[in-house]
Parts: sequence; C-alpha cells; structure tokens
Amino acid sequence: MTQQQQAAGPPAEKHSDPAEEFMDRSTPLSRIRNVLHRYPALSPTIVLLVAVVVFGVLNDRFLRVENLSLITQQVSVVGTLAIAQTLIILTAGIDLSVGAVMILASMVVAQTTVNNGMPAPLALVAGLVVGLAAGALNGFLVTRFKLPPFIVTLGTLNIFIALTLLYSGGSTVRGSSMPALLTWMGSTFPVGPVRISTGVVAMLLLYIGVAFILGKTAWGRHVYAVGDDKEAARLAGIPVNRVLMSVYLAAGAVLAVGAWIQIGRTNAASPNAGVDLNLDSITAVVIGGTSLFGGRGSVWGSLLGALIVGVFRNGLSLAGLDVLFQTLAVGVLIIVAVSVDQWIRKVKS
Amino acid sequence: MTAVDVPTPATGTRQPILQARNLVKTFGKVVGLDGVSLDLYPGEVLAIIGDNGAGKSTLIKCLTGAEIPDTGELLVSGQQVHFKRPQDARAHGIETVYQNLAVSPALDVASNLFLGREERLPGPLGSLFRVLDTKGMRRKAKAELIRLGISTLQDVTVPVENLSGGQRQAVAVARAAAFGSKVVVLDEPTAALGVRESNQVLQLVRDLRDRGLPVILISHNMPHVFDVADRIHIQRLGKCAATITPQSHSMTDAVAIMTGAATA
Repeated sequence: MTQQQQAAGPPAEKHSDPAEEFMDRSTPLSRIRNVLHRYPALSPTIVLLVAVVVFGVLNDRFLRVENLSLITQQVSVVGTLAIAQTLIILTAGIDLSVGAVMILASMVVAQTTVNNGMPAPLALVAGLVVGLAAGALNGFLVTRFKLPPFIVTLGTLNIFIALTLLYSGGSTVRGSSMPALLTWMGSTFPVGPVRISTGVVAMLLLYIGVAFILGKTAWGRHVYAVGDDKEAARLAGIPVNRVLMSVYLAAGAVLAVGAWIQIGRTNAASPNAGVDLNLDSITAVVIGGTSLFGGRGSVWGSLLGALIVGVFRNGLSLAGLDVLFQTLAVGVLIIVAVSVDQWIRKVKS
Repeated sequence: MTAVDVPTPATGTRQPILQARNLVKTFGKVVGLDGVSLDLYPGEVLAIIGDNGAGKSTLIKCLTGAEIPDTGELLVSGQQVHFKRPQDARAHGIETVYQNLAVSPALDVASNLFLGREERLPGPLGSLFRVLDTKGMRRKAKAELIRLGISTLQDVTVPVENLSGGQRQAVAVARAAAFGSKVVVLDEPTAALGVRESNQVLQLVRDLRDRGLPVILISHNMPHVFDVADRIHIQRLGKCAATITPQSHSMTDAVAIMTGAATA
C-alpha cells in the first residue's frame, strides 16, 4: 500500500489547486485564525487563563485555594446544564427550558421524598424520569411537528415553570429535612489543600462521559453531522429524527443529574431558584466557542465557558464591583465570543 | 425511430442492473413522473437530461429511495425492490451524489466517506463502549481513494470545508463509488465547477465505468453529456421522450427533443 501511495503521490502534487495557492498568501492574523479554527477550545482557554491572571493580580485573595474551590462549586450547576445545552446546540437547536426542567426535577425529587415518603434512591429515579419526559416532549415537538427548537422550548419553559409551581405549591423544601443521599452532591472532601464537592466531581464525570461519546462514537459523529447540515446527514443515511430525539433525551438525563447537584449546592429544593440558569447555560456554551449554527464546538469549551463566567463574577465581586458590573461583563463576553466565532468561521470561504 | 426504440449498444441481451417500470409520482395535482421506464446496463454511463420540471430530479429520487413512487416497480439485478429510505437503495448498492453534495463540511474526508456506516473497534472497546475505529477508517478511506484513482485527495484528515469545489465533488463521488456499490448516480456533478475541475470529474466518471461500475449522470451540460454518456435518456413533461446515443443524434437533436420541437 505504501508503494501505491508513493505512486499516487507525485501526479497530484503537480496540479496545485488555485484555492490552495490563495490560502498560502496568509497574513499573521489569518494564520492565527486558522489555528483557532482548528482548535476551537483554544480561544476560551486563553480567555480563562488571562482572566485568572488579571484577577489574581487585582486581588490576592482570588488565587487562594478556598476561593478557587468556591468557584468550581459555583459553576457546578451551570456547568452541568451547559452539557445538556451543548448537545442541543450542536444539533443547531437551542434549549431555553434547561433550567426549568432541572428545577422541576429537583422539586419532584425533594417532594416525593419529604412529603410522600419515597426512598431517596427511588426519588432520584423519579427525577430522572421527569428529565427524560421533558426531553421527550421537547424532542417530540421538534422532530414530529418540525417546530423550531427556540419556539418549542420557549413554550415548554413556561409550561415547566408553571408545572413546578403548581406541583410544589410554591414552597421550598429544606435540605435539613431530606435524607443525606439527596444533599450528598453538596458535601465536600479534601484533596490536599483544596475542598472538592461531590457535585463538582459528578459534573466532571459527566463531561468526560459526554466528551467521550461525542468524540469517539458513531452517535457523536452523527450529532455533529446533523447540526452541520441536516439534509446532507439525511442523504448520507443518518436517521436524523432519531438522532435529534436521542439528543433531547440525553439532555433530559443530564438535567436530572443537574437537579441532584442543585439540591446539594443550595442545600434546598426551591421552585423559585435558577431563573437565570436557562440563559446562563447558553452563555457558557457560546463563550466556550460552540457555534449556535450547529455542528461545531465541543463540550470542553462549554466547561471553559462556565468557568470563565464563574471567574468573572467571582473576580469582579472580589475587586469590589457591584453585581451589576458582573452582569455587564458577562454581556460583553457573550458578544465578543460570538464575534470571534463569526470571524473564525470565515476560514471556511 | 420511436421513443420506445431503445438502442442498447454493446449490451446485447445482458440483464440490466437497475430497471424502472412505469414509475408514477404525483405531488398533489402536479405530476412529477408520468409512467417512466429506464434500464441501466453494466459498464455504461446513462445520462438523463431534460428541461427544468421535466422530472429528472423526481426520477432520480425514486431510483435512490429519496422519494417513494406512487406506482410502478423497481428491479435491481432482476429482483423487485421497494425503497422507503435512501438507506434501502444504499443497501442494494445504489449510491447517489446529490447536487448539494451531501457532505458534512466540518467533518474530515475519512469521516465523510464513512458517514452513516461508521466502523467500530474490534473487541469490547467497540462492542461495549462503541468506540469508532478512526485509524482503521482513515486507512481504508485512503486505500479506497487510491483504488478509485482519485489523486486530488491526499490527506483524509482535512475537513471537507477546506477543500476546493472539485475536491469536494471527488469526496462525494468517492463515497458513492466506494465500498462495493453497484450503481453510482451523479446529480449535476459539474454544475458548480470550473473547466479543469469539470474535466477531472468527467474523467472520474469514465474511470468508474471502465472499472465496470455503471453510472447514471444527470446534467444540463450537453457537451459534458455527449462527452461521457453511452446512452441518453431524455425526460420531457414527466415522461421519457426518447432514449438516444451520442452516435445516433446530435446535441441539437437532443435539445429539440428536450424542448418538444422534435420527436426522436
């Protein structure tokens, strides 16, 4: 085979493509762009490192291990939601209901245990069922009725919020009244000088698992192909609707785990928690370099995105700035991230 | 010479690989196909031409499982088949290169060649954890490109979006011709290409035929059609107006039949 390759090699090198010649005339800027295009997780990594250094210089408390450990705990819920969000955005969809699904699942888990006396493991399974059912509803509406995911999840967002309030009667369940298993995700253990929460570990395991599936399995490749060009994927023989449905179901399962982490993190299940989480998860994904047009990006980028938001919020508040400035900074981050993404995508032409 | 007088040069009484019998397909009140029949013999290039709306695309979609004909039958190697999805046609060895190329821009060449038929690693890693055999697929993709004589694609790890139009077309054709397919259907393969790239694709078509793989070619470009086709099926108003050969008719004749100014 190597001989054949060598035999086939030289004639191809003779006709150099006009497009390639054109690409060779590169400026330093376009070379940077090509590198960023090749490694999508690179730009959020740079932003995160720069942010950590800057905030570390601004305030010496920032780089203390307790503070860094706190940041990881603060991002564990959004980071988990961002996994679900990434899956859906990779298919060129968007899910406005992730936070609402998570809160609904957390209320079901807490209330079935505390009010109905269900054993904690069973209650967690019930939460998983709620997540899967919500994912199935979104997926069903997207694949069967061909509605845009934005509209579907805008609708189900309101439905899930209403269901949560109806089901819970608007009352919060305190962590102290729950069995230890339900708040387990909030417990911490020492790793050297750092205290790591179980929730952070759970989030990281989910990232590893989902990154593996997206990167190494046919299903993962099909998710990218569907988001990249739905029609091309269909013509290539990929069952597009089945892939989409499975993505929404997987997202629902991830959200159920998110509900468990949320209960541990806040040491409560509150129907009014997490109103910002829907959009925060999108923010993390977008800052992480995943394209809202689908087919491009990685789940690790979303973890970086969630960490960037967490670092900005924490760093700005340590620098003594009002919470409003944190929100302002996040807004600027989103717009810069999407602008950079658009610029990188120009490599295509 | 009448429309049903189908010349079959050098095919004799050989069995067609692909046959369509009286295909009818309507879209509401619009009749896309009005009883179209077609035979494809081994080792020939059959061109399908026709004006816009003549039913070329509908015919191709019915042959490749992208549309289900209302009535009529399809036979592959003499066996009746029913295609409900493009995968069904693929399973019978009918591979299609669609006009919009149907390649996934962000995925690399090897991934595109194996899109929808990925191979997993042997052993528990593949069966239990469903891990893709990325290296193996790249190796096979490379070997397949060499076998097909496609020399414009050297690196199978390049994302397709970084390739030129001709190279993308080569990826799409390679995917259709690779892995033991019986029939390759090309929908307007030269429509978006420059002169040199078109010639490369036409050469690829000849190479496929010379390897015994029959090709159905849909094109608007008369010189290209007359250049590579062995027989030409002319669609007009949802019907087959004539089947001619480049030897029996001129391009002007073909256009006249296509537009209804003449009958074969």
